Amino acid sequence: MSEPVIAADGRPLKASLNRALRRQKMRALALIAPLLIFILVSFVMPIADMLFRSVENEIVSETLPRTVAALDAWDAGSGETPDEDVFNALYTDMALAVEYKSHTRLGSRLNYETTGIASLFRKSGRRVGKFDTDVYTKAFQDADPRYADPQQWVAWMADDSIRAKLPMTTSAYDDWAKMIVEAENDVPSEEEPWDFVYSALYNDAVSGAELPVSVDVSGITPVSLRTAFGDIDDKWLNPNVWRTIKTYSPRYTDGYFLNSVDLMKGAEGVEARPENEQIYITLFIRTMIMSLSIMGMCVLLGYPIAWLLANLKDRTANLLMILVLLPFWTSLLVRTSAWKVLLQQQGVINDILVWIGIVADDNRLELINNQTGTIIAMTHILLPFMILPLYSVMKTIPPSYLRAAKSLGATNWTAFWRVYFPQSVPGIGAGCILVFILAIGYYITPELVGGTKGVFISNRIAYHISSSLNWGLAAALGTILLTIVMVLYWVYDKIVGIDNVKLGG
Amino acid sequence: MTSTDGAFVAFDRVQKSYDGETLVVKDLNLSMPKGEFLTMLGPSGSGKTTCLMMLAGFETATHGDITLDGVSINNIPPHKRGIGMVFQNYALFPHMSVAENLSFPLEVRKIGKSAREEKVMRALDMVQMGDFAGRRPAQLSGGQQQRIALARALVFEPELVLMDEPLGALDKQLRETLQFEITNLAHELGITTVYVTHDQTEALTMSDRVAVFDDGRIQQLAPPDELYEQPENSFVAQFIGENNTLEGVVQEIKGNTCIVKLDSGDIIDAVPVNVNNVGDRTKVSIRPERVEFNRERLHDDAHTLKAEVLEFIYMGDIFRTRLRVAGTDEFVIKTRNAPDQERLKPGQMIEIGWLPQDCRALDA
Repeated sequence: MSEPVIAADGRPLKASLNRALRRQKMRALALIAPLLIFILVSFVMPIADMLFRSVENEIVSETLPRTVAALDAWDAGSGETPDEDVFNALYTDMALAVEYKSHTRLGSRLNYETTGIASLFRKSGRRVGKFDTDVYTKAFQDADPRYADPQQWVAWMADDSIRAKLPMTTSAYDDWAKMIVEAENDVPSEEEPWDFVYSALYNDAVSGAELPVSVDVSGITPVSLRTAFGDIDDKWLNPNVWRTIKTYSPRYTDGYFLNSVDLMKGAEGVEARPENEQIYITLFIRTMIMSLSIMGMCVLLGYPIAWLLANLKDRTANLLMILVLLPFWTSLLVRTSAWKVLLQQQGVINDILVWIGIVADDNRLELINNQTGTIIAMTHILLPFMILPLYSVMKTIPPSYLRAAKSLGATNWTAFWRVYFPQSVPGIGAGCILVFILAIGYYITPELVGGTKGVFISNRIAYHISSSLNWGLAAALGTILLTIVMVLYWVYDKIVGIDNVKLGG
Repeated sequence: MTSTDGAFVAFDRVQKSYDGETLVVKDLNLSMPKGEFLTMLGPSGSGKTTCLMMLAGFETATHGDITLDGVSINNIPPHKRGIGMVFQNYALFPHMSVAENLSFPLEVRKIGKSAREEKVMRALDMVQMGDFAGRRPAQLSGGQQQRIALARALVFEPELVLMDEPLGALDKQLRETLQFEITNLAHELGITTVYVTHDQTEALTMSDRVAVFDDGRIQQLAPPDELYEQPENSFVAQFIGENNTLEGVVQEIKGNTCIVKLDSGDIIDAVPVNVNNVGDRTKVSIRPERVEFNRERLHDDAHTLKAEVLEFIYMGDIFRTRLRVAGTDEFVIKTRNAPDQERLKPGQMIEIGWLPQDCRALDA
């Protein structure tokens, strides 16, 4: 074993070196800190949030906490409508949700899973305040005026022994008080509790709890909330609706991901979606195949150009390079719209083909609003991303290699294929990765020239983000897309080696 | 030797122009017998590399004929010429191992695997690189890469090998070792070699003959000793080795000696090389080591010049003394560091002279 080396001041050399390097490291860190913070705040955090949204499902248990708790006891496979307890809980939850207006959001959320729930919630929201539960309110207030006194309620609800005896009332009153402050800007001590609090009080009383001021509840005719909800819409009596609520009640769900791969949670676990709803797998496959074709087209078109650029005199090469870069300086929308003009059936290209006589006038080519259109327009847009890395790699291959190969007896083709091409592979790799990753996430161009057959998965993601507002599904689709790209990157690294990717130099 | 008959490599009135306005190579005539080691020496832009490229087939001659073994190769593409070539930056294929690099010319010639392996190993052993077959070029030092490049140019047994400043990137010591190895190898294998360099020492030590290029022409084509001792014009005299130049006018020509009156008025003896008439202006060239200042060693009737010592530099094996002679401050003499050698002191006045045959009257 060797002794640790000692520096001149007697400390171990390693420690001295570390101390000397620490200052440098701190300085380096300080230099990158602004960018690091910017990226964390504006990039990493939103992405993490987006990824989280693909499994997050708090809206059900937050909006309908009591209902979710009450549904625990209900067997979703029984095929029966839940009992009165669940409807009591739903009544309290809905009454509160209506004030927060969160019932419509919950309706939209559950509508992704079972269509019709959105309108059911909206309709019920309008009617839930008009239930006949005011009979409980009247009965309690008639029996003792203290039940109508807001101050008295505040006092009762501050008393822990009373709270312990009246669990449902306490829970309903607490949320009501919170809602009064937050949604109505009022003070609970000045407001008479609403009907659903009395309804909860009645339910507590019926289950044998001791009331603060004893009231004989046996004389009150119970109101069946199950019937009341059933009167609004008989969907409430449909076990399927309840199964949906129960299935999506956990805080986290794999539902969005199942949806992303054309599956769903059925009565007996995971099952395939009906055939007419299966779109995402097809879209994913189409996105991959089209991105690969665009990548291939870019290699075929870009390689000769890059070769020419790398082998011309600098002056000419710079001029041509400007032509390559020109599309970069034109707006993406302008370029894509130009393709619309060129490719449409009465467009420039078809006109020329008809004029030359290659294509019959009544049989013009469909070049746009399909996959052909997307591939043509996107190849054009992404071509510079292939040419630039290829060019910068080819620029570093000295012409003497080709000469050497020829002097050794290789024909032009052999010299190219055995000597030049292998050295340009890093450029092809870099270009392919760039083009493929850009293509797989592109959406403006497919949106404009892709019609229905030529759109990508990203168009669907954009749709869910901005139109259907199903962000969870959009996040799940995005996560899957990200995973596919990372897996492909990993495969590429295994096969070609990421060290072999060069953007230049 | 302008005749191309019987020559292995011949340039016959070759001209080359890149832009159609100026000639890079002007009327080049050259012929080489088989087995010769010929060096093209010259400053950059003198046309030597262009000549090499034309011979290799990477440039086409604008005019004239290049023949290889009696056959015109003007229209033969490079890969069919069967000429081995070593490039300035070695041009070893970086994505292939050393063995694959060497095997490449054999593969494209469709030589069988076992024969290929045998030839590769033999070529590697020839340059003492047998242990490096599996390495990549990037894992080798400059000198090792150079050896591999040489082996690759020789592995397919070409009769003609071209080398384009192959040692330019190496340090002095390595360069000297490799110079020796390359010449030995070329002579052992009996290969005809055309070697391009701008390093005159390299040219003198390695070659059978040296072609000095300037301004697109061969200024002199001669064996090294002739080139050094009997330069045919003032460019060659200046370019090869160190040289003292004195300017003057020819006063008298008598057979193979002449009298030159220098611009300072002094009279000296010289050999007329390319001065023809009395009254011609001339540049007289004398090598520094042929200048004598010991009066006893000079002929009695030799003309001498008065000189003042300006600087004495001790260089180890030799002394280099700068003198003021006949109006120039740049006159240099070199003396061997021998025990009895006098060490001149700055300010000292001496008398210098030389044997008439060492002083050559060249074009002005």
